[in-house]
Amino acid sequence: MIRSVTQQKPEQEIDRLLKGLDRVFIIGCGTCVTLTHTGGEPEVSAMKETLTQKGKLITGTLVVPVACDNLTGEMLKEFGKQIDQADALLIMTCAFGVQNIASQLKKMVIPGLNTLFIGKETAFGEFNEICTQCGTCIIGETGGICPVTSCHKGLVNGPCGGTDNGKCEIDKNKDCAWTLIYNRLKELGRLDCMRKYQPPRNHLGEPTPGKLRIEN
Amino acid sequence: MVSSFKEALKSGKFVVTGEVAPPKGTNLEKFVHHIDLLKDKVDAMNVTDHQSSVMRFPSLGGALLVKERGGEPVLQMTCRDRNRLALQADLLFASSRGINNVLCLTGDSVMLGDHKEAKSVFDMDSSQLVATVRKMEKGKDLGGSDLDGGVSFCAGAIVTPEANPLEPQLIKFEKKIEAGAEFIQTQAVYDLDKFKDFMKYARQFPVKILAGVILLTSAPMARFMNKNIAGVNVPKELVDEMASAPKGGALAKGIEIAGRMIRRIHEEKMCDGVHIMAIGKEELIPDIMAAAGLD
Repeated sequence: MIRSVTQQKPEQEIDRLLKGLDRVFIIGCGTCVTLTHTGGEPEVSAMKETLTQKGKLITGTLVVPVACDNLTGEMLKEFGKQIDQADALLIMTCAFGVQNIASQLKKMVIPGLNTLFIGKETAFGEFNEICTQCGTCIIGETGGICPVTSCHKGLVNGPCGGTDNGKCEIDKNKDCAWTLIYNRLKELGRLDCMRKYQPPRNHLGEPTPGKLRIEN
Repeated sequence: MVSSFKEALKSGKFVVTGEVAPPKGTNLEKFVHHIDLLKDKVDAMNVTDHQSSVMRFPSLGGALLVKERGGEPVLQMTCRDRNRLALQADLLFASSRGINNVLCLTGDSVMLGDHKEAKSVFDMDSSQLVATVRKMEKGKDLGGSDLDGGVSFCAGAIVTPEANPLEPQLIKFEKKIEAGAEFIQTQAVYDLDKFKDFMKYARQFPVKILAGVILLTSAPMARFMNKNIAGVNVPKELVDEMASAPKGGALAKGIEIAGRMIRRIHEEKMCDGVHIMAIGKEELIPDIMAAAGLD
């Protein structure tokens, strides 16, 4: 399943964001951030402990099942009093959850996490971005492997000069996307796809910000 | 206007180009010294574009300076820092100032340089940049609009003959030629027998090949490149030869090796010329040429 992949913000940054805000309500989420161990029950409890030791008053904690879901609003109502008592909400969900919660309450929200990408757990404890949602999919010509996502430079015409023994110039542990694509196309007898010149990408395919209205 | 570099490539002579790097700052003294030293010795001077993603004086300004000092510049352009508007604009400016040679590069990751947090662009890649040059020469920009006043370039690109795996690199090499590259500079080659194999393949394409030669400055430097530079393989015998140099004599040994390699490439007519990179020691390029019997 595709997940929103997050990382906890550095402690110093959270301290800075919470400066002068003494009463804090902490919210986690039972979905993606539980899987990545960044905002599930154990992490919310640990954060409560850490902040209490730093002299903060924790007015309450809540781990909602799916923070980005509209039903989250109903759950927040049940904790209205504790939320009202807080100076700020420390939200340990991905940015979708933070924004969903922020839109429903008149409170300053402090994200406890950074949202890195939408990806998949490809091996135990390892998450990889699979699709950047560029809006102009070309994987029909690359053997089903996306170079826009998997190549560090998003190159669409083959490898750069930084490829080395199948690895990327930025990280010797990162596979070169174009070596993977080459191996796949070779296996499929379709290296002709790689020989095809791809024009500069159409960035209109990916509206900024992303927006779509389905016409009836 | 046909550039003198293009004429040199067409003439069939053994072409020699050298690489010069603009400074980090506005003190151009050393850079100008290198240009003056090389302008009458080499067929053209490549001006690097924030090499290794380290921010410097721009390649366009450097190429203009080469021109002003009476040299022949090859403008290096990477796709790392500029989108298609900025790249085309810089090509227009270069053309208007008589800079008529361009080397089209994808560019290193910003993560390798000194501004690691910068946003990298890569709106285009090297083959698309070559195709852009050719499109602009037909009087159109990438948006399809007419250009008021055209451009004309001798456009080239690069290849890594010792890339591993090799075939994807060769597919890209062929795409660059199909897009319109007239000359190809190679990544540094040290094993000339391997390079001859590459040339057997490359000779079937209508493109001029300049073999890349990087001056070895010490045995540790050679080992460093083997470990850290993609597609550069200094054979053990050459590393040992560098290590065998007497104290204080490593640089002289490096010049001797580079000169010997260039002499062999020239004498055996392996390719159309060489591109000499004496990174940080540009003033030694004439010595390398002398050691190669090219002075």
